[in-house]
Amino acid sequence: MRVPLSWLREYCDPGMDPAALADRLVMTGTEVERVTTVGPASGENFVVGKVRAAEQHPDADRLRVCTVDTGEGERTIVCGAPNVAAGQTVAVALPGARMPGGDKLRKAKLRGVASEGMILSVSELEIGEDHDGILVLEDEVEAGTPLAEVLPLAEPVLEIEVTPNRVDCFGVFGVAREVHAISGAALAAEPWAEDAAAEGGGDVNEFASVAVEVPELCPRFTARVFTDVTIGPSPLWLQARLTAAGQRPINNVVDITNYVMLLTAQPLHAFDLDKVPDGALSVRTASEGEKMTTLDDVERTLDAETVLVCDRNGPSGIAGIMGGQVSEVSEQTTRVLLEVASWNGTNILRTSRQLGLRSEASSRFEKQLHPDLCMRAQRIASRLLIELCGAKLVPGTIDVAAETPPPAQIGLRAARVSGLLGMEISQVDQTAYLERLGFGVETDGADLRVTVPPDRWGDVTREVDLIEEVARVHGLDEHLPTTLPSVAGLVGGLSRPQRLRRRAEDGLRDLGFDQIVGWSFTDPGEAGRLRIGADDPRAEFVTVANPLSEDQSVMRTVLLGSLLDVAARNVARGTERLALFESGRAYLSGEFAVSPGMREEVRTGADGGGSERRVDPLAGHFPGDQAAPFVEPHRFAALALGPLGARSWRGGGEPADFFALKGVAEALARQLGTELDFTQATEPFLHPGRSAAVTVDGAPAGWLGEVHPLVCREWEIEAAVAFELDAAPLIAAASAGEETYEDVTTFPAVYQDIAVVVPDEVAAVDVRAAVLKAGGALLHSAEVFDLYRGDQVGEGKVSLALGLEFRAPDRTLTDEEVSGLREAIEAALEAIGGSLRG
Amino acid sequence: MLERIEEIRGEASAAIAAAGSTAELEELRVRYLGRKAELTSILRGIAELPQDERGKVGGAANRARKQLETLLEESAGRLDASELDAQLLADRVDVTLPGAPPRPVGHAHLIARTTRQIEDIMVGLGYHVAEGPEIEHDYYNFTALNHPPGHPARMLQDTFYIQSHPEVLLRTHTSPMQIRAMETQAPPIFVVVPGKVYRRDSDATHSPMFHQMEGLAIAEGITLADLQGTLLAMVRAIFGGEREVRLRPHFFPFTEPSVEVDVSCFQCGGSGELAGGERCNLCKGQGWIEILGAGMVDPNVLGFVEGAGYDAERVQGFAFGLGIERVAMLRHGVPDLRRFFDNDVRMLGQFS
Repeated sequence: MRVPLSWLREYCDPGMDPAALADRLVMTGTEVERVTTVGPASGENFVVGKVRAAEQHPDADRLRVCTVDTGEGERTIVCGAPNVAAGQTVAVALPGARMPGGDKLRKAKLRGVASEGMILSVSELEIGEDHDGILVLEDEVEAGTPLAEVLPLAEPVLEIEVTPNRVDCFGVFGVAREVHAISGAALAAEPWAEDAAAEGGGDVNEFASVAVEVPELCPRFTARVFTDVTIGPSPLWLQARLTAAGQRPINNVVDITNYVMLLTAQPLHAFDLDKVPDGALSVRTASEGEKMTTLDDVERTLDAETVLVCDRNGPSGIAGIMGGQVSEVSEQTTRVLLEVASWNGTNILRTSRQLGLRSEASSRFEKQLHPDLCMRAQRIASRLLIELCGAKLVPGTIDVAAETPPPAQIGLRAARVSGLLGMEISQVDQTAYLERLGFGVETDGADLRVTVPPDRWGDVTREVDLIEEVARVHGLDEHLPTTLPSVAGLVGGLSRPQRLRRRAEDGLRDLGFDQIVGWSFTDPGEAGRLRIGADDPRAEFVTVANPLSEDQSVMRTVLLGSLLDVAARNVARGTERLALFESGRAYLSGEFAVSPGMREEVRTGADGGGSERRVDPLAGHFPGDQAAPFVEPHRFAALALGPLGARSWRGGGEPADFFALKGVAEALARQLGTELDFTQATEPFLHPGRSAAVTVDGAPAGWLGEVHPLVCREWEIEAAVAFELDAAPLIAAASAGEETYEDVTTFPAVYQDIAVVVPDEVAAVDVRAAVLKAGGALLHSAEVFDLYRGDQVGEGKVSLALGLEFRAPDRTLTDEEVSGLREAIEAALEAIGGSLRG
Repeated sequence: MLERIEEIRGEASAAIAAAGSTAELEELRVRYLGRKAELTSILRGIAELPQDERGKVGGAANRARKQLETLLEESAGRLDASELDAQLLADRVDVTLPGAPPRPVGHAHLIARTTRQIEDIMVGLGYHVAEGPEIEHDYYNFTALNHPPGHPARMLQDTFYIQSHPEVLLRTHTSPMQIRAMETQAPPIFVVVPGKVYRRDSDATHSPMFHQMEGLAIAEGITLADLQGTLLAMVRAIFGGEREVRLRPHFFPFTEPSVEVDVSCFQCGGSGELAGGERCNLCKGQGWIEILGAGMVDPNVLGFVEGAGYDAERVQGFAFGLGIERVAMLRHGVPDLRRFFDNDVRMLGQFS
């Protein structure tokens, strides 16, 4: 909302400069985006001139050489306007004048003739729309008079961002009332206080009729009729105000409807009555697919919830949004029907969104205007139509109204004011603030009884709304104390999973990985690029209905795509080694968990009782009565490209492979105090020979492997290795922080290395498992530390070296005990086709 | 016999002292103390000597043997050390070659780091950290936050909807967790909620995905003044102990009264002017920087969780929503929101 300062001052002049006023507005809750100036920044070197002579330019058909008296003498000005003529009183910019836009006017030669100034049009001054060419002023004004005394030059404009609750501030008078409230400066009488005299003939009902078929969507429809209307341009003051407020002047009737809307916040619509057969209007909803052409020359297809204002032949306007061309006011119009109506805000908002059509009118109506505003607008517009268009008002007003709601009365408890704000505001101050804002106030002991004016009926409905009003006018910045909640027994903290998640992230960072934050969005083609088949659940995306682009139209089901995207971008920039990780969510469409009736009772906290639904945010089980619509598991994913370590003269620099990243994943697990189990398994996007499924405590936790060369090719990278692990099972298995002391000092351990020869197809993990099982409780650990293939073990076999640690908690082990265990281990190895070597 | 023993001792001592390597010493040891050595034979033959000579000769021979053993040991120690020195000297490296690089350190993402920092501040003020779904029901994102269907306030946030379920959307703020948290826990409740949020908007200052931190404090007697104090503590922990906050009345559907919160500019100290007299570019000469929206939780919102113990006549409190990127940009001079999601390692590496 653009509020020209001179217009505002007509109703309330707080005696502040525009910047100070803007500051005060901002600090009391009215957002002023900026203060701008319309027209030249200053009136200096702008004067009134008299055209003494206007001769044809010798070398240019379209230019006139004018002699202009500018008070201090006569000067030559070359002018290109077709309407310039001797005897006119005109607006002149002298050399040195700063034009709107900032350019300084200089003397110039135009086709050989020196010109000492410029005769101005209204658009050059930014006070209106050009019609004929230059602006011709009233003759009474003397030459040399500063132009600023005649025209609004350098008009400051407050650009206000009106919040959706303050539809009253979509009108200049509403803003004036606000300024009155926050400054205490006097407020002029309401501009609608006085109605126009009806001097036309007959009665409005002889000229027009209105039938409202959908009163729930049209709470009020008022209409007045004007005869003897003369259409023409609006007077300059009106054009100047509209221009400053950001509206293009069109003709006097249309300008008046816009002007009254900008003043009262109530939109109006003028019909050429002669284009409305029998003056009969009706309000109904459209039939599905009905079409009409709006004023902006666009044919619109309507649905059954769209409300139309129709004449006998069909739609003449989309209610509250935009009029139609059929009964538009034109230069031939002599009789006007002026509609001022209230519409259902929700319906207007819906239709305007549905049509993608927002207008000055719809942006006001969608916030639900009070039906009382209709007659305010009718009154002001009637006076202006009579005054500016020579119109005669036909007696009577058509007023089709549902019941107007009675004004709300709200109690305002003094204790509640201080109790909510933490500051005292005296009853006298509260009363003053509310009365200035237009509320009716009666005292009730220490409390108040407050009546809400129609301008604020949607916004102020409860005691707390009144508290906000008194608080903001009182001034939070100056008066609000600074305290902390005085609630006993506050103990904050992170949950154990939250702490462990941090530990995991820190662990990956300390292992050399850079943390990324990937896009939750991806494009549906990602599944294909990852070779994920159509029947794979990871190809079933949660799809955004209104994405910004196809690239961001679905929610990712794996983090790998994000890591590859980031890797590819960095590789394109010349990076040769990358170690990246992300700690974030995937979004799975598998289970849509909601049905509206589902409200599992979950209560913890003060009353403590009740059944507890599982809350595990890492697994996508969030607090609240309704489950999340989709599953959003938290994951840790990492990707390495090139060597993990830096290249050096001592070697290193081998690209990270399966085992390099497996080591990272294992280290991550150990940081959490758990272990991962790996089994041979494939994923469509992984190297089939170098990929594993990961489990932790038997629960599936994700995958690890070298990225499939074809997938790498899609992302234009050479090779990469990656893992993606679900946080929930990993953290559920974590023992970090919960460990119990184990005695390792009192009794010594026995360390032995063994070499085991097994057929190639026996997995190392099975060898280790067999050894550990056979070793029983006394075998504390068994780790593979070497591997040998070759002549000494024979074709098709592999030799694994394991380091064993035997230990008993309560005694020193004897040689006999240990050799007994070794025999058991040997037997167990034989059972899986292996043998001890050497 | 005694003379001979003394002769051997003297000869051997001199030889040991003159030996130049451990190998030479070993040779001398075999020559003078070995099985076939003369001294050894003397000792072996003692039993055959006359009774009165046995003691003298035996004593002298044993003394000589002990003495030579000691000398051998001493010399061996001396020669070992010098030989090692020679060996070590031969094993010299070029100390001017570069050191072996350790495994490179990784870096925390600035968004994650900033989130943690704010979490930690709020934990210190007695808050817990809660997390909620990013794909959310319209009910939690709007309706229960006092945005009834068809309400123009819904237009404030351009929303992504889910195709398969018209009543499901990408949350436009972390505020839905206010309701979820209150449904789950009776008052008093003090929680912060970090997380991703989504709005249909994209330019240098708007990203369709960004991060927020929600704060919610509900108990008996919590006031707007308490909100100011809490935010002042938080802002000072983030931006420095000299900072001030100011509350400007504003409108949000789910708080009443609602405020926007500014922090005094930490570049110009709130004066709007830099040392050289030019306008501060950070606060654009205002002295204040807008950082978050907040307010007292609207009674209508509490009405949606009345069954969980939230009676608006008995308990009240505040909520706030902070943009993580905004804090990180201000704090670290990041000029463009989109940089956070580009994940250029050259940027990631700037923040440890």
